[in-house]
Amino acid sequence: MVGERAVGLVRELQSAAGGRLPPFRAEELGQTLEEMRTLYERNQADVSEAKSGRTDLIFLIRFRHCCLLRNQRCIVAYLYDRLLRIRALRWEYGSILPNTIQFHMAAEEVEWFNRYKKSLATYMRSVGGEEGLDLTQDIKPPKSLYIEVRCLRDYGEFEIDDGTTVLLKKNSQHFLPRWKCEQLIRQGVLEHILS
Amino acid sequence: MAEAYFPVGPGLGPEENFLSLDDILMSQEKLPGRAESNLPRLAFALGQGSGAGSGDSIPEGSKLEIPMWLAKGLHDSKRRLISVELPKIYKEAWRTVFSADANVVDLHKMGPYYYGFGSQLLNFDNPENPEIAQCILQTFINRFRRIMDSSQNAYNEDTSSLVARLDELERALFQAGQKGLNDFQCWEKGQASQITVSSLVQNYGKRKFTEMDG
Repeated sequence: MVGERAVGLVRELQSAAGGRLPPFRAEELGQTLEEMRTLYERNQADVSEAKSGRTDLIFLIRFRHCCLLRNQRCIVAYLYDRLLRIRALRWEYGSILPNTIQFHMAAEEVEWFNRYKKSLATYMRSVGGEEGLDLTQDIKPPKSLYIEVRCLRDYGEFEIDDGTTVLLKKNSQHFLPRWKCEQLIRQGVLEHILS
Repeated sequence: MAEAYFPVGPGLGPEENFLSLDDILMSQEKLPGRAESNLPRLAFALGQGSGAGSGDSIPEGSKLEIPMWLAKGLHDSKRRLISVELPKIYKEAWRTVFSADANVVDLHKMGPYYYGFGSQLLNFDNPENPEIAQCILQTFINRFRRIMDSSQNAYNEDTSSLVARLDELERALFQAGQKGLNDFQCWEKGQASQITVSSLVQNYGKRKFTEMDG
């Protein structure tokens, strides 16, 4: 059935719940584009025939045109939704993506992510006075400057603002400034403990 | 919840949202129709022929099952190529079932996009359109109360039996209700200020990130 591959891409993306980014299906995308090319070429040929009198082809031309539009819609929606998920990664995870996620992204998507990061950084620097304002911090209203955290996995040495280093070993607990830990907590390295 | 991911939602009413994944899947659903004239080579393209190629043509008057996107694209009130019929769930018989008691119907089985698909059906000139529209609206009104109640009262339990008979729109509403409930409970327990791990990270599985460094 024409258009099945394109819809398959959309279906896979839709079933990836919670904003997860599945691997980039370059091969299926290429096959869909190939299908579109074939449809277009056949239509080109038939249009000139139809103009010289074969009106029974008009239906077929119209059918192929519908298929082209359908494939186009599926591909555009697929790419756009992936970008929305990648954008969410910047806000939820941070500016450096782990390799596991980068594996799932096409080269152009990585490029887009870098440009988005830059745009966001420029914007954040322009608001809030001289040092700028980190909008990706304090997503939940803070209750205190320092928080209790437990380490969930071995991370290594971690330096705090006053110069002291802390060794983050699995299951060790620390009392650290909130703004330093927030990103590590979101990435799953630390766990925020409420007293 | 993945707070920062905002997908394009389905359209409301007669217009679909071009970029909405939901609407694309909804318009993939099939509806019955009839060929109004000889349709050359369509059999192969629709996957219904035995693959012989350009010889197959569908004779006039034969029954077809075409996806919604194709029906909308080929529909033309001037040039009669294809005529569409209503799927049975939108016909008179089922409409009376809905008006009797909308809550017992398994809308997931009846095509998981009852409301969206029904709204798109209104694009074809069908004399029953006002009744169809009225039926869809009333069904929603009748079922909504139960969805709202169940989503607001099912905390930390398995909800699969509650959502089994809901269509996709209703499931989205149910999830919105659940999210509100969970957020409220979280606030009540004093956990609203607790920084949590991003769900996007959790969903990538238990692979150790330290292994990928370097």
